[in-house]
Amino acid sequence: MNKPYVRSLSKTGWFLTQPRYKRYMAREVTCLFIFAYTFLLIWGLKRLAEGPDAFQGFLNALHSPLGVLFNLAVLIAAVYHSTSWFNVTPQAMPIMRGEEFVPGNIIVGAHYAVWAVVSLIVLILGV
Amino acid sequence: MSERQIQLEVLRYNPETDSEPRYQSYSVPCLNEWVVLDALNYVKDNLDPTLSYRWSCHMAVCGSCGMMINGEPKLACKAFIHEYTDQIRVDPLANFPIERDLVTSVEDFITKLASVKPYLIPKSDQPVSAGEFKQTPAELKKFKQYTLCINCMLCYAACPQYGLVPEFLGPAAISMAHRYNQDSRDGGRDERQEVIASDEGVWECSFVGACSEVCPKHVDPAGALQQVKVASTIDWYKEHLMPWMKK
Amino acid sequence: MEIVKTDIAIVGAGGAGLRAAIALAEADPKLRIALISKVYPMRSHTCAAEGGAAGVIKSDDSMALHFGDTVGGGDWLSDQDAVEYFIQEAPKELTQLEHWGCPWSREPDGSVAVRPFGGMKIKRTWFAADKSGFHILHTLFQTSLKYPSIQRFDEYYATDLLVEDGRCQGLTALEIRSGQMKQFQAKAVIIAAGGGGKMFPFTTNGNIKTGDGMALAYRAGTPLKDMEFVQYHPTGLPNNGILLTEGCRGEGGVLFNKHGRRYLQDYGMGPETPIGQPVLKTMELGPRDRLSQAFWGEQKKGNTVSTPWGDCVLLDMRHLGEKKIDERLPLVRDLCISYLGKDPVKEPIPIRPVVHYMMGGIHTDTRAATRLPGLFAAGECACVSINGANRLGSNSLTELLVFGKRAALSAIEHIQSGFPTSKDAALAAQAQASEARIDALMKKTGGTETIAGLRKEMMETMETNVGIYRTGSELATACDKISELRQRYANIALHDKTHVYNTDLMQALELKSMLDCAEAVTVGARERKESRGAHQRLDFTERDDVNLLKHTLTHYHPTDPPRIEYLDVVITQSQPGVRDYSGAKK
Ligand SMILES: Cc1cc2nc3c(=O)[nH]c(=O)nc-3n(C[C@H](O)[C@H](O)[C@H](O)COP(=O)(O)OP(=O)(O)OC[C@H]3O[C@@H](n4cnc5c(N)ncnc54)[C@H](O)[C@@H]3O)c2cc1C
Ligand code: SF4
Ligand code: FES
Repeated sequence: MNKPYVRSLSKTGWFLTQPRYKRYMAREVTCLFIFAYTFLLIWGLKRLAEGPDAFQGFLNALHSPLGVLFNLAVLIAAVYHSTSWFNVTPQAMPIMRGEEFVPGNIIVGAHYAVWAVVSLIVLILGV
Repeated sequence: MSERQIQLEVLRYNPETDSEPRYQSYSVPCLNEWVVLDALNYVKDNLDPTLSYRWSCHMAVCGSCGMMINGEPKLACKAFIHEYTDQIRVDPLANFPIERDLVTSVEDFITKLASVKPYLIPKSDQPVSAGEFKQTPAELKKFKQYTLCINCMLCYAACPQYGLVPEFLGPAAISMAHRYNQDSRDGGRDERQEVIASDEGVWECSFVGACSEVCPKHVDPAGALQQVKVASTIDWYKEHLMPWMKK
Repeated sequence: MEIVKTDIAIVGAGGAGLRAAIALAEADPKLRIALISKVYPMRSHTCAAEGGAAGVIKSDDSMALHFGDTVGGGDWLSDQDAVEYFIQEAPKELTQLEHWGCPWSREPDGSVAVRPFGGMKIKRTWFAADKSGFHILHTLFQTSLKYPSIQRFDEYYATDLLVEDGRCQGLTALEIRSGQMKQFQAKAVIIAAGGGGKMFPFTTNGNIKTGDGMALAYRAGTPLKDMEFVQYHPTGLPNNGILLTEGCRGEGGVLFNKHGRRYLQDYGMGPETPIGQPVLKTMELGPRDRLSQAFWGEQKKGNTVSTPWGDCVLLDMRHLGEKKIDERLPLVRDLCISYLGKDPVKEPIPIRPVVHYMMGGIHTDTRAATRLPGLFAAGECACVSINGANRLGSNSLTELLVFGKRAALSAIEHIQSGFPTSKDAALAAQAQASEARIDALMKKTGGTETIAGLRKEMMETMETNVGIYRTGSELATACDKISELRQRYANIALHDKTHVYNTDLMQALELKSMLDCAEAVTVGARERKESRGAHQRLDFTERDDVNLLKHTLTHYHPTDPPRIEYLDVVITQSQPGVRDYSGAKK
C-alpha cells in the first residue's frame, strides 16, 4: 500500500531551479576561464619554442583588442573565484586561539593581505 | 495581534487514492505571530482532518517539521507568517520520497547517520567509577557547534548533490562524524574515515554551501565537510609522500 | 497479523526508553530488544528539556543534601527509599553519559560544571548550556546505534498490552507508515512513553505527550498513582507556552510585578536578595509550585502586567549581560527573540506559569516494577515516586536515566525467574481483538463528535477547573465533564479511512489516552482534600499528614469513574516538616 512518490532533480537543469544554485554555478563557471588561460600559457610556451618570431606574433596577438578583452575577462573571473574562496576559508579552516575561534574576518583578511603581497612582488619582479 | 487571511497551498499525496501529488488550497485566518505550523494545525483541526504532517515540539528542537515553504527548506514551527505574503506554498521536504502529504521517508537519512559511527569511541578506557573525562571549555568549543544538529534534514533538502546522487552520505551525517572526530575524548577517527572518505562520502560534496545557508541551528555542515576534506587530503599526503609519518 | 518475537519490548524511545535499551544490550548481547516508538527517537520530548540534570558530584555537596531537597521539595509525598536509591545512582548515570560523549558544560579545569536550580540548597545541576535534554537524548540515541541487538520500530504506535495468565507478555502496535497492526510477543515490557501535559491547552509539552503509556498500563489493569499532581512551571512564554528554563533564574534572572516589586518576598520566599547575587533556595530559587502559586496571588491582587496573551509577570535577565546569556542561555535568547520578538539582553520578558510535568504516572516500586508481573515503567510516565507532590527542577532527566536502567535490570531478573509462556493462540486472540477495535473505529460512519471538538472541551475543562489553585466544586464539575467526554468519545468518526500515515487515527487514539488520564487527574484531585505541593485547594488549605500522607492509586474502569485506593508513603529518615524557602541560612 505504501507507494513513496519520488520527485527527481533534473540532471541538466537543476542549477536553474534556485538562486543559490545559480550563484554556485557562477563560481564554478569562473573555473573555465582560468582553465582557458592555462591553455593560452601553454600555447605561448609552444610559440616560444618555435622561435622569436613566432613568440613575437603571440605577444602581438595578446595586445590586440580581443587579447586584452580576454585577459580582462579572465582577470575578473579569477578575482571572483578567489574572493569567493577566500570568503569561505574561515569555514574550511577555523583557527582557535585560547578559548575562542579567531574571527572569520581576520582569517579572510589575512588571505587578502597575502594575496596583495604576492601580487606586489610579482609586479616588482615584472617591471 | 492582527489577523490575516492566508491562502495556504499544500501539496497533497495519498498513495492509496492518488497516482501523483496535487496542490490543495486552504483559506486560513492566521494571527500575525503564528508560524506556518500553526496554520497547518488550524487546517487539521477545522478544515481537513485528513492532512498529514509531522510535528511535536513547536520550538525548533525536535526536528520533525521540516518542509519546503515557498520552495525553501524550513522548520514549519519557525517559519513566521509575518515574513510571508498572503500566499504560502508548502511542499514536503525536497529530495526525499513522499510517503503521504507532507510526510517524507526518513529511513535513508537514519541509515546514513548510523553508518558514520556517531558515538564516542573513547581514546582511553576509563570506568565510570573513575569519574568524568576532563575536557576544557576550549576543547568543548572546538566541536560544540556540530553537536547542535537536530536531524531535521533541511540540509539534505537544500543539497543538489544529494538530489542528484542519492548515495551521497550528505551534510548532517558527515558533520556528525566530524563532531566526534573533533572531540578531545574520542579516538575513533580512523574507523569513521573508511565511510566518510569513501566514494559516496565527503568527496561527493562540491561545496555548493546551501546546507549551511538553510541549517536552522547554525551547525555549518558545509564548513565541517571542507574541514573533513582538508584533513583527508593531509592524510593522503602523509600516506603517499611521507609514509614514515604513518603511525 | 505479523508477529514479532522478542525478549523485551520497550514502548518509548525518549530518554528513559533509550537508557533502558542500552542497559539491556550491555547486560546481555543475546537479548532481543524491540524498541517501539511512535516518533523517531530523537523527536521524543526529552529533546526539549533545557536546564539540566541533578546529581551530587562537587565536594561541597552531599547525598544527604540532595535527599533533603528532593523530599522537602516533594512536600513529603516522595517515597524515601526510592529517593535514596535515586540520589545514589544519579552521579554514576550522569558520569556514564559523559563517557558516552554528552557535551556537558565545563569548568576551566575541565571538570563538569554545575548550576543552581530552584529548591536546591547547593549547586548540583549538570547542564549542557540550555540544551541539556537535547544533548542527553541525542547522546543516548547515537550510543544506542552501537548495539545491533536493539531493534528499532520507529513510528509504531502501541495500542494495547497483552496480558495473559496474569502476566504482561507483549503488546500490539500499529505501524504508522502502513497502518498495519503488529503483535509483539515479549517476556517483559517496559513502558517509557513520557508524560501527558497535552491534556492542557497551555503547556510546555510537545504534541506527542498525550499520556499513551499511562493509559496503556491503566487500561491493562495496573493503577496510576498521584495523577492529581500536575506541575506548573513558573516561566513560560505567554503566547505559546514555550519554556524558559529555570536556569534563567539559576543564573541570576529575577521576577518583577507591574510595580517593579520582587513580589516573591511577599510569599514567604524573601528576604529580597540583591540583584545579580542569587541565594540558593530563596526568592527566585524557590521551588516551582511556590513560584506558580505566587503568580496566582499577584494576579488576584491585580499586580500582573496585562499583555495580549493574558496576565504576566516580568523575568528580567538584563543584568546577566550578553556574554553570559549567550554562553549559558543561548536557546532562551533565541526563543524569546524568535517567538516573542523580545531580546532578554535588552528588556524584561513577560512570562506566566505553564503546565509542564506530571508527577503522577504508572505506579511502580523502587525496582521500576508495576503491579502487573512482567510490566515495568520508567521516566515521566512512571511514578516511583521520587517527585512526590512537586518535582524539583532537574530531577527528571536524572530519573529517566536511573530508572530507565533500573527497569531494564528488573526486566532481566523477571525473565530469569523463569515462567512458562502462554500459548500463542491466547495471545493472538487478544491481539486480534485489539486490531478489531481499531478496524471498527476506522470503518465507523455517522459519528457526531469530532476529535478536535472533544479535545478542545477537555483542554478547557482542565484549564479552568484543574489549575494552580483548585476548589471542590470546580473539581466536581471537571470530573463530570471528563466523564461525559469519555462517553461522547464513543460517537466520534474518522474522516480519514486510509492506512498510510493516518494521523486522524493517531489523534483519535491519543485523545482516548488523554481522556483516560484526565479522569484519573480530576478524580484524584477531587478526592484529595488537602493542599500539598502542586495540589493546592482553596477549600482545604492545609496539608493533612494524618489522613493523606498517602499516594492516590486510581484503578481503571472502561465506562465508570475510576476506583480510588490509598497507599502509605514510605518514610525512612525524614518526617514531614515545614518547607522553608526563606533566606537559606548558610
Ligand atoms: C520544555 C521542557 C523542559 C524540561 N526541562 C527539564 C530539565 O531541565 N530538567 C529535568 O530534569 N527535566 C526537564 N523536563 C522534564 C523532562 O524533560 C521529561 O520529563 C522527560 O524528558 C521525559 O522523558 P521520557 O523518556 O519519559 O519521555 P519522552 O522523552 O517524552 O519520550 C516518550 C517516548 O514515548 C514514545 N511514545 C509515547 N506514546 C507512544 C505510543 N503510544 N506508542 C509508541 N511509543 C510511544 C514517544 O515516541 C517517545 O519516544 C522538561 C520538560 C519539558 C517539556
Ligand atoms: S546540519 Fe542543520 S540542517 Fe542539517 S540536519 Fe542538522 S540541524 Fe538540520
Ligand atoms: S515541531 Fe519540533 S522542530 Fe518543528
